[in-house]
Amino acid sequence: MRSFAYVRPPDVAAAVRAVAAEPDAKFLGGGTNLVDLMREGIERPGTVVDVTGLPLQQIEELPGGGVRIGALVRNSSLAAHRLIRTRYPMLAQAILSGASAQLRNMATVGGNLLQRTRCLYFYDGAAACNKREPGAGCAARDGFHRGGAILGASGACVATHPSDMCVALAALDAVVEAESVRGVRRIPLAGFHRLPGDTPHIETELAADELITAVELPASPVAAHSRYRKVRDRASYAFALVSVAAALEVRHGAVTGVRLALGGVAAKPWRASKAEQALLGAPATEESFRHAAEIELAPAEGLPGNAFKIELARRTIVATLRQVLTQGGAA
Amino acid sequence: MPAVLLRVNGTTHELDLEPQVSLLDALREHLGLTGTKKGCDQGACGACTVLADGVRVNACLALAVQYEGREITTIEGVASPLQAAFVAHDGFQCGYCTSGQICSAIGMLAEHGDDVPSAVTEHLAAGGVELTDAEIRERMSGNLCRCGAYNGIVAAIKEVAGADAAARVPAEAAR
Ligand SMILES: Cc1cc2nc3c(=O)[nH]c(=O)nc-3n(C[C@H](O)[C@H](O)[C@H](O)COP(=O)(O)OP(=O)(O)OC[C@H]3O[C@@H](n4cnc5c(N)ncnc54)[C@H](O)[C@@H]3O)c2cc1C
Ligand code: SF4
Ligand code: FES
Ligand code: FES
Repeated sequence: MRSFAYVRPPDVAAAVRAVAAEPDAKFLGGGTNLVDLMREGIERPGTVVDVTGLPLQQIEELPGGGVRIGALVRNSSLAAHRLIRTRYPMLAQAILSGASAQLRNMATVGGNLLQRTRCLYFYDGAAACNKREPGAGCAARDGFHRGGAILGASGACVATHPSDMCVALAALDAVVEAESVRGVRRIPLAGFHRLPGDTPHIETELAADELITAVELPASPVAAHSRYRKVRDRASYAFALVSVAAALEVRHGAVTGVRLALGGVAAKPWRASKAEQALLGAPATEESFRHAAEIELAPAEGLPGNAFKIELARRTIVATLRQVLTQGGAA
Repeated sequence: MPAVLLRVNGTTHELDLEPQVSLLDALREHLGLTGTKKGCDQGACGACTVLADGVRVNACLALAVQYEGREITTIEGVASPLQAAFVAHDGFQCGYCTSGQICSAIGMLAEHGDDVPSAVTEHLAAGGVELTDAEIRERMSGNLCRCGAYNGIVAAIKEVAGADAAARVPAEAAR
């Protein structure tokens, strides 16, 4: 690992100043992604600004029923919190289905949002990877791309965003709050992560010197009836091939509220807006669910090693909606 | 080199460590506490599991400097009925994963006591989840065992969890 300076600023203002002052400085959360990537030589910060001591550790109820989550809340604490388990069960389930208990105890909310792809070639310094080295090519396209994207990919990159938590946040209309020496701004999660286009190395709207300070969830009665379902190569401790976060509200047999997002399919958590539109007002039936899934996946494109995920995504959407319909939410 | 104050198994050590040294390497290479194992060095196996203020973490992805001021417990500092239960139930074969399994199980039982749910918990809003085999397997999934001693590991943990629960009932009734 390249040697670096380690600093532990006392407050948010000092933390953002420390990163603004050094072009190759990075914030450090739980370290479960950054330390790994530094050991592999993929990330090479000259200064590491440890933010885990900052007072951004609260989960607070907002007037009106929403929730504000400090960026340094550990993933495990968020999933275990009563407000999240009862009002946003899809979020608790999404977090609990990610990584392992040890890693969730370490990982922070801010770090989870900014974790980088698990594409094998991104991790392999000897392989061609446009995300690591713009213009180098993409070894995944003709190589191993089982985990690769089926929606929103480009010729330059077919990587997926690996977070489970972010899939639920996308479905819940979460807003990310960020602070830098220039001030505070709010970025809707739906627009936080970017699709690769010709610039797969630019992954989010966040500037390098911006500190994520909080994530806010608006009040959402429909979210109380929600679930997260993750399909993967083994039952636990594996990244998603496909995952679905779904909330559903049904009155007199018709869909009156729905939130749907997909994981494992794109470089960003994929809000399934087209499927939601198709479902609103439709009868809450298997046929409607399948129809909505087909509309959402219509633009999907697979490579030889991941085309199976297109049908897998459709079926997982149907299965998750069916489960919420027949068994209710996970609360 | 900066001095790092690490508190391990009740003793404070002043170590000269570069910031890139992991907690795992600090324990093994600098303190000679080789009970904590290095399997993958990437967070993917759990062999390096230790407790930080009673919370289980992967020491391989932890920078030692980040854990200054925390109370670190390694297998060398553990005296738990889990150890005898692992022996009684054949919860290991080669033993490489065992120190991580035991530290992890201690953390897991504490999490369960704090009402932390898991991905297989049926009703997230309900408290008092029973530690079934399925719950134990999911909660322990961050610890791989290449020898596949999982059945013995689950049996050992179940026995200790059951004894804990039995001990808690009279204590609570006496209050
Ligand atoms: C073996 C393994 C399996 C895993 N499996 C899963 C899985 O199944 N599902 C899943 O979702 N995740 C999984 N993960 C990933 C894990 O969830 C992430 O590593 C974790 O959420 C990152 O959080 P952190 O606090 O440790 O981030 P760090 O590693 O500390 O940081 C990650 C990035 O975020 C930046 N950063 C951190 N905090 C802030 C902040 N407040 N503001 C601005 N920038 C910040 C850092 O500079 C760095 O670039 C797995 C990880 C491992 C090692
Ligand atoms: S898919 Fe993206 S991350 Fe993977 S090798 Fe290609 S460019 Fe790199
Ligand atoms: S050595 Fe730390 S998880 Fe494998
Ligand atoms: S006992 Fe050999 S790895 Fe678990």
